Amino acid sequence: MRPARLTVVTAAAVVAALTAVTGCSEKSDASGDGTIKVAASDSACEVSTKEFPAGKVTIEVENKGSKVTELYVLFPDDRIVTERENIGPGTKATITAELKAGDYEIACKPGMKGDGIRQAVKATGAGTVEKRSPEADAAVAAYRKYVQEQADETIPKAQAFADAVKAGDVEAAKKAYAPSRIGWERTEPVAESFGDIDPKVDVREDGLEPNQEWTGWHKLEKSLFADNKIDDADKKLAETLMADLAVWQKKVGQAEITPTSMANGAKELLDEVATGKVTGEEERYSHTDLVDFKANVEGAEKAYELLKPVTSKTDPALTAELDKQFAALNNLLEKYRPNKAAYEFTSYDKVGEPERKELSDGVNALAEPLSKLAAAVAK
Amino acid sequence: MSESVSEQDGAPDGAHDGAPEQAGPGAPSRRAVLGWGGAGLALGAAAAGGTAIALGSGPDMVSAAAAGAAVPFHGEHQAGIASAVQDRLHFAAFDVKTKDRGELIQLLKDWTEAARLMTAGQPVGEGGYGGLPEAPPDDTGEALGLKASRLTLTIGFGPGLFAKGRFGLEGKRPGALIDLELFPGDNLDPARSGGDLCVQACADDPQVAVHAIRQLARIGFGKTAVRWSQLGFGKTSSTTPDEQTPRNMMGFKDGTRNISGTDKAALDKHVWVGAGDGSDWLTGGSYLVARRIRMNIETWDRTPLGEQEDIFGRDKGEGAPVGKSKERDEPFLKAMKPEAHVRLAHPDTNDGATILRRGYSFTDGTDGLGRLDAGLFFLAYQRDVRTGFVPIQRRLAKSDVLNEYIQHVGSAVFAVPPGVRDKDDWWGRALFA
Repeated sequence: MRPARLTVVTAAAVVAALTAVTGCSEKSDASGDGTIKVAASDSACEVSTKEFPAGKVTIEVENKGSKVTELYVLFPDDRIVTERENIGPGTKATITAELKAGDYEIACKPGMKGDGIRQAVKATGAGTVEKRSPEADAAVAAYRKYVQEQADETIPKAQAFADAVKAGDVEAAKKAYAPSRIGWERTEPVAESFGDIDPKVDVREDGLEPNQEWTGWHKLEKSLFADNKIDDADKKLAETLMADLAVWQKKVGQAEITPTSMANGAKELLDEVATGKVTGEEERYSHTDLVDFKANVEGAEKAYELLKPVTSKTDPALTAELDKQFAALNNLLEKYRPNKAAYEFTSYDKVGEPERKELSDGVNALAEPLSKLAAAVAK
Repeated sequence: MSESVSEQDGAPDGAHDGAPEQAGPGAPSRRAVLGWGGAGLALGAAAAGGTAIALGSGPDMVSAAAAGAAVPFHGEHQAGIASAVQDRLHFAAFDVKTKDRGELIQLLKDWTEAARLMTAGQPVGEGGYGGLPEAPPDDTGEALGLKASRLTLTIGFGPGLFAKGRFGLEGKRPGALIDLELFPGDNLDPARSGGDLCVQACADDPQVAVHAIRQLARIGFGKTAVRWSQLGFGKTSSTTPDEQTPRNMMGFKDGTRNISGTDKAALDKHVWVGAGDGSDWLTGGSYLVARRIRMNIETWDRTPLGEQEDIFGRDKGEGAPVGKSKERDEPFLKAMKPEAHVRLAHPDTNDGATILRRGYSFTDGTDGLGRLDAGLFFLAYQRDVRTGFVPIQRRLAKSDVLNEYIQHVGSAVFAVPPGVRDKDDWWGRALFA
């Protein structure tokens, strides 16, 4: 983790916010009251009009179903234009948005789960949303799904860890520690884009600001692996960790993601390896650095694979090099994985200096061409 | 710092073949070149070509007064050997990571292109700024606006490159590229020794030298990895004997009798590999021995002056040999103590063995015991390691009284290919032909 870091993903979010604001300044040519009515039920999401003038749009949603629902207005790549949560059965809500001309989707999410029931809509008039290639949109949408899945799959694993801590079972907690972090490590740049969560769950002792309370995985790591004990404060921290991760799980799907932020996010995952894992700083008590290492590489590879339909056209030499270097680094990591069926790696304190140098060389070999991926995406 | 002696020379008084020469058209600053865009590139190329012609086959001597100028990259020999020694050094040894011969060749071509640009004072690739905001620039940028600063980049090939079954070069390993024996007293750190490739970057501005190695390391990621590197800050010997002789970290003048970079006869005899020497691809090249020599600075500083002078065989102020009054007076070896450093290192003591030294002082802060981690980063070029460095070092390692104050902690040897002839040529082309 890196506290207080302006990630590319965050920067992209800022840019997107500005875009939305400029959208506002465009003169609205909405006629009449311009209100769009949405009738949400447990099985349907009926929109009163599929086409409306660009500009300020008001959406009135009525939940006619039996489940609590949510309403989203989405860009084609699943980025969220606006949303409203917790619309109870039988209640109404009004949502406003500034929409440039272009294609959107309106989604109702009965039970507040899944991708929702979607309707394609179109804002018409002057100005169009910058078109991205269908491949790029598909990559972003798939990556958004991946990020959400990683969060969803992490929660039960983190819960098992937290439960062991709360039960005072040191050995069980030690065993559950590294697996509880895998999903987080795979998608860390996105998680970091929510500046408030990362410092709560993934900060190391040396990363604390004055008067900042140390919470999260690494505090528990120290208790378990350095002090070999669990006290009442730790049990409380396990609950705090779960509460913070729940916020992450809820927010992560809303992150601003663009093709270039995906590419640079992949590079940032390798940066994480280069600065924290290869040095053994990240998991200094548990020495499970290679588990994080593997997860970071997997997350980077996922983003890269999803972008490949784009970059294999714009820079085939780069994708060939990246294929090769991902394979090389994965092969190198396999040397430290005694049981190929398990997600367990050699304890990093057992990895000697020459081997660490070899790992570092492998990271450099991959990260350098990976830093060129964003340019290939932007071509 | 054993061989740093002032006696390593065959040609005492300078019958110089040519006067030091300017780099020709003044080196444009990097910023100016950037501003000119393509025109700047063209001018740089023309300047380099023109100068090379003006110099003929002679070494590229740029006087120290012209610090900031560009040293021609193209020529019969690589720059950075006989060239006037610059003030700063960044030396790096690399392991080759790729197993693919074609990829290694492409790397050498890419490095050559980058070296051609940087020695002309220009950034690599598309430059340091102005490109896509989403992507890192090709050049890291810390040398933008700095002059060429007489940057020279000199490549060498280590023994590992010729290993059997690696790149098909086993038949091309020169006999003189030996694996150095372990000399008595050596305490070599593997992490500071060896390497498949080396690049010596010398410049008058440390930032320019560091920048150059950094760019090459970056271009090399995936194909090569830096094995070790060394910064040097004060030349400990010069190839310009008409200028003031520099001093080493022990306070003694060093390189008084070094081979002059303009002494073509001495260079041909002792430094450049000749056509009949056994490896055609290396003709016009040389061999480099690099040694990191740590000095026990604190104990040296507590050594009485008389003893210090006895150890070297020269006085500390003037640098005159024992019994003589001037630095450049012919030394009378028998006047020195039998185990004096200068006496043992002198060609007369070693059957005429003569090497060209280009070493630098280094200080890498302090070690964990609070001692200055300092010494001499010894660099010596020679026509044959077996008749150059080896006999001298054997004698020094056995008897030199200076050994009480020094320890060799790093070691490497490289075959240094001839110069890059023109814009279509590249480092090592003859080796891979």
